[in-house]
Amino acid sequence: MYEIVAKKELAPKIKLFEVKASDIAGKAQPGQFIILILGEKGERIPLTIAGYDRKKGTITFVFNEVGKTTKQLGLLKEGDSVANITGPLGNPSEIRNFGNVLCIGGGVMIAPMLLQVKALREAGNTVTTIIGARIKDLLFFEEEMKALSHKFYVATDDGSKGYKGLGFLKELIEEDKFDRCIAMGPVVMMKTVCEITKPFGIPTIVTLTPIMVDGMGMCGVCRVTVGGKMKFACVDGPEFDGHLVDFDGLINRQRMFLPEERLSSLLWEKLGGCGCGGR
Amino acid sequence: MAEDKPKPKVKKKAVPMPKQKPEVRRHNFNEVALGYTEEQAIEEANRCLQCPKPQCVPGCPVEIDIPAFIKLIREGRFDEAVKKIKEKNSLPAICGRVCPQEEQCQMNCVLGKVGDPVNIGRLERFVADWERQRGVTVPEKAPPTGKKVAIIGAGPAGLTAAADLAKLGHEVVIFEALHLPGGVLVYGIPEFRLPKSIVQAEVDYIKKLGVKLRLGYLIGRIHTIPELLKKEGFDAVFIGTGAGLPQFLGVPGENLGGIYSANEFLIRVNLMKSYAFPVYDTPIRIGKHVAVIGGGNVAMDSARSALRLGAEEVCIVYRRSREEMPARKEEIENAEEEGIICKFLANPTRFIGDEKGWVKQMECICMELGPPDESGRRRPVPIKGSEFIMNVDTVIVAIGRTPNPIIQRTTEGLAVTKWGTIVVDENGKTSLEGVYAGGDIVTGEATVISAMGAGKKAARAIHQYLMNKK
Repeated sequence: MYEIVAKKELAPKIKLFEVKASDIAGKAQPGQFIILILGEKGERIPLTIAGYDRKKGTITFVFNEVGKTTKQLGLLKEGDSVANITGPLGNPSEIRNFGNVLCIGGGVMIAPMLLQVKALREAGNTVTTIIGARIKDLLFFEEEMKALSHKFYVATDDGSKGYKGLGFLKELIEEDKFDRCIAMGPVVMMKTVCEITKPFGIPTIVTLTPIMVDGMGMCGVCRVTVGGKMKFACVDGPEFDGHLVDFDGLINRQRMFLPEERLSSLLWEKLGGCGCGGR
Repeated sequence: MAEDKPKPKVKKKAVPMPKQKPEVRRHNFNEVALGYTEEQAIEEANRCLQCPKPQCVPGCPVEIDIPAFIKLIREGRFDEAVKKIKEKNSLPAICGRVCPQEEQCQMNCVLGKVGDPVNIGRLERFVADWERQRGVTVPEKAPPTGKKVAIIGAGPAGLTAAADLAKLGHEVVIFEALHLPGGVLVYGIPEFRLPKSIVQAEVDYIKKLGVKLRLGYLIGRIHTIPELLKKEGFDAVFIGTGAGLPQFLGVPGENLGGIYSANEFLIRVNLMKSYAFPVYDTPIRIGKHVAVIGGGNVAMDSARSALRLGAEEVCIVYRRSREEMPARKEEIENAEEEGIICKFLANPTRFIGDEKGWVKQMECICMELGPPDESGRRRPVPIKGSEFIMNVDTVIVAIGRTPNPIIQRTTEGLAVTKWGTIVVDENGKTSLEGVYAGGDIVTGEATVISAMGAGKKAARAIHQYLMNKK
C-alpha cells in the first residue's frame, strides 16, 4: 500500500498527489512514469512522474479527472492509500547541456515539464518555457515555471490568457535560435509543435502517453510507428524524436476504448460511486 | 496349471475426464475439465501396471515417483499420494492441469502401446484438488541458514525455486513486476483451463513457507541485480523473468484498432478480468468475426476466450497444417468441439481498416509446405497470387513471445544469447557469481513444467553455493 502524504488541487479536476514510495523515489528520473492500480477490480493506468524526494521517500504525480479511475483517485484524501504503484518505468530523459532549449508543456503534462525544466537548468541550459491549456482556469505552476525559466510564455486555446494557440511559436523560433525543443502534452499539441519545428530542423522530443496495460513491454497496446518502425512507448520510450512519430496513428489508437471508458465512468457516477448518491 | 491361471486383464481405455458440455462451456469462463471423483481416480489408478522399471518417470521433467503415488491412490491413501508428488513438485494442481503429459510421462507409458496410457496428469490433479479442499499442510522447514535469496519473477520457475529454497531454511523474497503473483499462470492461461483460485492457493502455500512477495517491483528499473547483491543484502539471485514480449507479424495495418497481441488480449481477460467489465475496470472489445493468428496453445487460449466473450465466429489462421500445430492435441479438440474453425496453410499479408481506424478485413495468402526447416517442421511457402480476403473485426496475433529484456539490458556482465535469452550452465548458473536463471528466460517460450524443473535445479545449485560460501 502506498500512502498519500499530500494532496493539492492545482486547477479544476487537476490534482497533485505526493505518495510515500521510497524504493521508487530512490530511483526515479525525469521522463519516467508509474503504473497505478487502485484495487482488486481496478485498471492499471500510467502517470508521468512529476517529482520525487529521495530523502523523504516520496514521489509526486499530477492527474486530470477524466475517467473512472482518475475520478476515484481524486476522491482519496491525505492518509488514504493506493493499492499498488509500479515504477519507475520507461527510459529516463536525456538531460545534458544542449544550449538553448525550448520547453512546451500542455495540460496536465505541465507538471512533469516543471521537473524537466529544473533538470535542464541544473545541466546548464538556457530555457524558454511555454505552458498551455484549453482555458486560463486550467493553467497551473505559472509562478514556479516563470522563476525557473529565462523566458516564459503562456498560451491558451481560447486566448483567455497569453497567446491564443501555438501560432506565435514560429515567430519565437525565428527570433531565437533553439538547439532543442521538448514538448509534453496532448497529442494534438505535440503534433502541432513538431509541424512548426520541423522546417527549422530543431530536434524535438515528445513524450507519448498512449493506452498502456502492463507498462513493461508485455502487451504491446502502446505500440506506435516511429520512423516507419513499430515501437512500444513503455519500453522504447516514452520519449521519441517527434519528427518521426506517426501522430495520426497514435490519435487513432488512443481512441480505441473511448466508448468503454465513457460507459465505465458513467455507470460509476450513476451508481453513486462518486459520492453524490446517484443524484 | 499355469495356462489356467487367468491373466490380469488390461483395461485399454482410460477413465474419461468429466467435462462441461461444449454448448454450455462456450458461454462461460468456468473450468472445462471437472476432475475425477474418488471412484474414477481409483479405477484409473488400477490400470497402472506398476512396472518394475517404470518408463514414465524419466519422462517427467521433475522426476516424480509416478508408480508410487499411483499405488497410494489405488489404496485410497490420497494424502500420502499428494505428499509423494510434493517431494518433487510443489505445484501439482497446476501441473496436473497444464503439463503436456502426452509428450512427457504418458508418452512413455507401456499401456500406451496397447491402448490409452494411464492418465497420470488427471490423477495428479485429483490428489492435489483433494488435498486443497481439505487444507494444505505446510511441510517441515530446515533451520534458518541466515542466507537471503532474491527471486525475480513469481511465475512457475520463480515460485518453484522459492518454495525449495525456503524449505531448505533460506530467507526468500520474490520480486514480481506485475501487481499479482503467478506470472504466465495468471496473465496467460485462462480461467477455464486453470482457475486463478488454484494459482492463489499455490501462492498461499509458498507464503506459508515464509516466502515474502514484493509486488510491482520491476527489477532492473527499481533495483538492479548488482544492487540486490551489494546493497540490499541478498546472497544469491534467481532470474525467472520469462518470455513475455509479444511478437507481431510486421505487415501493413497492424496498428489498426481491434488488433491485439495475444499477450494484450490475455492480460486484459485473465489478469485484469475484463470478461467481467464493467464490474472490473479494464475494458475489452470483441467483435463478431474474430481471427486468431498462430497454432500454439496461446492461440487456442485466445480463440476460446474470444468465443466466451461473445464472438459469433472465431477462426484460427495457421500457416502450416494440422500436423505441425504446436498446441496440445487435447486443446485443439476442445477448441473444435466448442465450434472454433481452423484455417490451415494461410498467413496474413495486410490488414484493412474502416473510416474509424478499426480493422474490417484481413488479406491472407495461401501457403504450401516445403522441405523441413531448422525446427524439423516443414517450412510454409507462400503460393504466388493466392491472396484472399477475410472479413474480420477483431484479430489476435498469437505467433510467439520473446524473452523479457529489461534484466539483460540493466545487468552488466550478464552473458546473453543473440535471441536475448540468458546463458547458464547445466545447474542454471549465469556468468555472474551468485546469479542463477531458469525457465523461459533461458530456453525461450516453453512449458510450465520445464520452467519448474529449471527452478528446482537452480534451487539445488543455489543451496550448494550458499552452503559453501563463507
